Amino acid sequence: MSALLSIRNVVKGFGNRAVLRGITLGIDSGEFLTILGESGSGKTTLLRLIAGFERPDSGEIWMADERIDELAPYNRHVNTVFQSYALFPHLSVFENIAYGLRVQSTPKLEIPKRVEQALAMVKMSDYAQSSPSRLSGGQQQRVALARALVNRPKVLLLDEPLSALDANLRRQMQTELKSLQREVGITFIFVTHDQEEAMALSDRIALLRAGTLEQVASPREIYATPATAYTAQFIGQTNLLKAQIRNGFASSSGMTWQAAASQVAPASLPASDDGPAKSNPQSRTEANSPSNATFSLRPECIHLADTSSNAANNAVRFAARVTNQTFGGATDLLELTLSDGRTLRARIPSRGTIEGPTQFEFSPQDATQVKDSEPN
Amino acid sequence: MYTRAYKSAVAIPPLLWVTIFLLIPYAILFCYSFWQVSPLQIIIHSWSLDNYRELLRNHIYLEVLFRSMRIAGAVTALALLLGYPLAYFLSFRATKRKDLLYQLVIIPLWVSYLVRGYAWKTILGSDGVLNGFLQYLHLTNHPVEFFLYSPFAVILTLTHIYTPFTFLPIYASLEHIPRNLIEASQDLGASPARTFWRVILPLSLPGVLAGATFAFVLTLGDFLAPLLVGGPSGIMISNIVVSLFGAAYNWPLGAAISLCMLILVVTLLFLVERLEKKLSFQ
Repeated sequence: MSALLSIRNVVKGFGNRAVLRGITLGIDSGEFLTILGESGSGKTTLLRLIAGFERPDSGEIWMADERIDELAPYNRHVNTVFQSYALFPHLSVFENIAYGLRVQSTPKLEIPKRVEQALAMVKMSDYAQSSPSRLSGGQQQRVALARALVNRPKVLLLDEPLSALDANLRRQMQTELKSLQREVGITFIFVTHDQEEAMALSDRIALLRAGTLEQVASPREIYATPATAYTAQFIGQTNLLKAQIRNGFASSSGMTWQAAASQVAPASLPASDDGPAKSNPQSRTEANSPSNATFSLRPECIHLADTSSNAANNAVRFAARVTNQTFGGATDLLELTLSDGRTLRARIPSRGTIEGPTQFEFSPQDATQVKDSEPN
Repeated sequence: MYTRAYKSAVAIPPLLWVTIFLLIPYAILFCYSFWQVSPLQIIIHSWSLDNYRELLRNHIYLEVLFRSMRIAGAVTALALLLGYPLAYFLSFRATKRKDLLYQLVIIPLWVSYLVRGYAWKTILGSDGVLNGFLQYLHLTNHPVEFFLYSPFAVILTLTHIYTPFTFLPIYASLEHIPRNLIEASQDLGASPARTFWRVILPLSLPGVLAGATFAFVLTLGDFLAPLLVGGPSGIMISNIVVSLFGAAYNWPLGAAISLCMLILVVTLLFLVERLEKKLSFQ
């Protein structure tokens, strides 16, 4: 593995509680990787293991050719932007940023220049002599970022750094963070519970669930082809269709479609043994016996059917009643009730109120087969 | 919110208390300090600055005052040297037994001052525990007189008594330091020692200052320890005040010394408060 940082089978527990159950993950140089997960999924613990505030119970962490999991935090080329910023209250903004340089005995003459560069990078040059307590949340955030980046770490860890900011500032900081990362080319490992933020920022998302990695993939990939039902539900909204597969055709609630062979599990995960029917040797031999499968169908993949023509491209048509319609600006979110009482959510371009039984359709390739997630 | 009647009902008792037990006695003391004692031991209510002149003229008073300040300084330094590491250990290192250790530091405060004073007397005396032990080891043939009835004994006793007073504010200020600042420091490459000097110590200075003030001011005004273990060479300024109000029956001179002490201490507290404001960063 040519990864800059590689986490190898790391296990960590506190007392009797297993927090991380065998994490293996490689992070490339210059990558923006987001560790996404619900609270309690172990994402902050994983970050603290990389930073060195915790030691793994077993497993190893390597940076390039150096094993770092046994090094003290102050001996690692990793810097952290803390959730609550953790700026030193007794030091000015300038001294906060200079702190890392001073304790690492950077030549005295070099310090002012580098601090000023870092301040300029986060557009805080005017505040060099301010006390951190006088700064707003967004400004403190920038100082924390500059304080970490001025040390030119190989990896920058960000622990939900935007969670304390209000929505507008948050979006603005997301954009800035992304362009800053492009500019400095440092590997960012970003922890968040906010899937939209993860989608907006990351090159890759590592979805953590109860101490195990559920899926690691690019935002588009993870959205379009979620490996598991959990992923599909956690990243964006989705409809989970419990279907029966027979002869390569899936049927659910009176809808039938061809379960496409092209739907393979993402490369980052080992091929699932209950994967698509056609590639499953077991179902090939017992082609006629039905098997169960779950499909994820994104709300925006359900369209209003054009009833003046026939369904094209194998589109699956079905009738449903609109039981709820929520106006959301450019799109409307519909709650559809099928004839058997099941409900689906659909997102369609905004239009007038839809009433009565209506025809909808979706394309079979938009229905992604996912692994059923074991309950926690 | 609150009615006027309620506000005054709440405010009046403490105001009365302060007036009756603090302001009026000080005013009386202030008056006394300008009066005289006749040769017949009668206090004459004639106003003059004679008492204050006497304080400057007779060098014994200034000498004892300076000795008191030296002792107070020594006690403060020792109490900080003992109290800080203890507070640091409890705040950062002790995990499981933190509460127990905390109680162990606090419990001596429940024991009467006198009992602790007498305890040192039995330890330091010429037939005391320490001398007995040294003679048992044949480190000395005669009891070491120097242990008891000396400034050394006063400093030792007062350090023992006032260390919890330095410990408590330092412990509180250490407990107040957000732990992520220490992590941030290490994250930025500072070893634990550097983290201590650059983050923990500066952020705990308000507590150190408060503890030092306690130790210094309380020692400066102490008269029991010198009385119990001080002997003639360990006399402090409060002992002089006590004897002036007692056996010597010179209330006016005692009042003058008390007032000078009061001014000294209030000035000190004022300066400390300004310094403390400068040191706290909230």
